[in-house]
Amino acid sequence: MAVHQPLPDLPPPPSERGVWGWFRQNLFSTWYNSIASLVVGYLLVIWLGPIINWAFISAVWTGEGSDDCQPGAACWIFIQQRLGFFLYGFYPDELRWRPNLIFVLFLITVVPQFFPRAPGRKWLALFGITGLPVLAFIFINGGYFGMESVATSRWGGLMLTLILAYVGIIAALPIGVLLALGRRSEMPVIRGICVTFIEFWRAVPLITILFMASVMLPLFLPDGVTFDKLLRALIGITLFQSAYMAEVVRGGLQAIPKGQYEAAQALGLGYWRSMRLVILPQALKIVIPGIANTVISLFKDTTLVLIIGLFDLLGAVRSTLSDPAWRSVAAEGYVFVALCFWIFCFGMSRYSQNLEKKLDTGHKT
Amino acid sequence: MSNNDPIVAPVESAAADEDIIIIRDLNKWFGQFHVLKSLNLNVKKGERIVICGPSGSGKSTFIRCINHLEVHQRGEIIVDGVLLNEDLKNIEAIRREVGMVFQHFNLFPHLSVLENCLLAPIWVRKTPRQEAIEIAMEYLERVKIPEQAHKYPGQLSGGQQQRVAIARSLCMKPKIMLFDEPTSALDPEMIKEVLDVMIELAGSGMTMLCVTHEMGFAKTVADRVIFMDGGECVEEGPPQSFFNNPQQPRTREFLDQILQH
Ligand SMILES: Nc1ncnc2c1ncn2[C@@H]1O[C@H](COP(=O)(O)OP(=O)(O)OP(=O)(O)O)[C@@H](O)[C@H]1O
Ligand SMILES: [Mg+2]
Repeated sequence: MAVHQPLPDLPPPPSERGVWGWFRQNLFSTWYNSIASLVVGYLLVIWLGPIINWAFISAVWTGEGSDDCQPGAACWIFIQQRLGFFLYGFYPDELRWRPNLIFVLFLITVVPQFFPRAPGRKWLALFGITGLPVLAFIFINGGYFGMESVATSRWGGLMLTLILAYVGIIAALPIGVLLALGRRSEMPVIRGICVTFIEFWRAVPLITILFMASVMLPLFLPDGVTFDKLLRALIGITLFQSAYMAEVVRGGLQAIPKGQYEAAQALGLGYWRSMRLVILPQALKIVIPGIANTVISLFKDTTLVLIIGLFDLLGAVRSTLSDPAWRSVAAEGYVFVALCFWIFCFGMSRYSQNLEKKLDTGHKT
Repeated sequence: MSNNDPIVAPVESAAADEDIIIIRDLNKWFGQFHVLKSLNLNVKKGERIVICGPSGSGKSTFIRCINHLEVHQRGEIIVDGVLLNEDLKNIEAIRREVGMVFQHFNLFPHLSVLENCLLAPIWVRKTPRQEAIEIAMEYLERVKIPEQAHKYPGQLSGGQQQRVAIARSLCMKPKIMLFDEPTSALDPEMIKEVLDVMIELAGSGMTMLCVTHEMGFAKTVADRVIFMDGGECVEEGPPQSFFNNPQQPRTREFLDQILQH
């Protein structure tokens, strides 16, 4: 338990510096290292070359339509011409400023989270989980303050993907935490309910849940009562993911020594304050990688809403591919989808790593 | 739970009035295992009591009953006039007045030393933050580590951590302090710094119940020493007679063992 104060690393010796120094040290330090570097370099050139050529060098960036596409070259005209549909689905053109406004607010709340020194970061985060979803509903759905309302069946594209993921994430985390606490409760009834809930949702595939939500649920509702399809999908995704989240959080709770809870109790903090101020901050910190994992898989699982007839980003791209004019551009479409997903998922992954570093108080003794 | 005040136990006599802790016929079982067997103890305000006994004799369980970290099955515990029962209001009222120091410190590793000391006063006592900081710094000075206030527990030595734990409890301005082997997880050279703090605390008139095997400490500060074995109180008395003239053979055997070295 000695007091540990890491010193900054010393600068490298001069010969090891610079690009050439880096190459010498990392790629050509021994003869077998050199051979491996050359072989890998050669393979990269023969494999990556054609891909780069297809995607960038001979790719077609501008044009009128599918007639301008060239065989053997990426045809980005497709993305460019259908971008509106990929981003918004059937959302009316003249009203797209509303989701745009929400997206700008979303960026304003999210981007500062990557910079620990950004002013008002915590307030923005609070706004992000409370005010933003409400504003998003008011603006995207419309029907308030004289704004024309847009039926959820017309929502689509990346916008829909982000809505599903965002609502899913900010709802699944707190529900998951409550379920995890409930599963460890000393009250048998609460524990029983939580265990049943978690084990039920975890044991059913998400596809089944979505089918049930869209096909079976209406059978149980009285005639004439409709229940928005998007809302049903959202509830299905949230409950499904909260069961996973609960198990991740429970892992963290189990890692906290009993003494922590006892010390909080002995100070008179009571159950909820002990959990909120002492146990959960530590438990959630331990399971940040697991939470990030669950959140990223939730983000990607939103593509499954395709099967109940919602056009998320992937659904929008796929549906365009059935247009005879754009038969031959499937690869471009999927590359675009992959790139969009990668940007968001990679962002979440980086954010979780930032958070881990920031919260490290050096108590791993 | 219509009323917010803790249920106050009826005061029976003038003498009982002075007793800040009253324990009558305390019994506890872990399943079939009878850990505490009909314990009785009255503690006066400002009294300092040392509890010793062999491992597994129920010392920890006993003092943990006093702030309801362990639940007893039979008997009565009255702390500062409040009857300890299943009523959360009573339990919380008692915990506010009873500080506890653990063998393994149990500091909150995600909070700095100062924040460890602020947590309960701010959230439980509703002390304004600025005032809570002043109180915390005052106690950190008393345990002689004000300069560590902004470090995290993981950066401190064991002895420093235990002193922070004592300060953290004191920040709640408790009327009673419970210690469960506060020095037995420490390296020998750190034991003294913690005992010094405890001796100073004893001098300030704090009511203390202390489970410890530090017999030197018991001789200097204890008003009474209690010897437990097998869940029973075998012998109790002032340190002089307890150490020099133990009555029970079991006490003598125990003292022989720990005073040998
Ligand atoms: N949660 C529990 N469940 C079952 N038995 C327990 C539990 N906690 C303690 N015991 C048992 O109760 C007895 C008394 O334990 P306790 O911790 O009070 O002893 P102690 O006098 O503090 O011993 P030590 O000096 O080792 O700390 C021991 O035999 C122990 O095994
Ligand atoms: Mg013990």
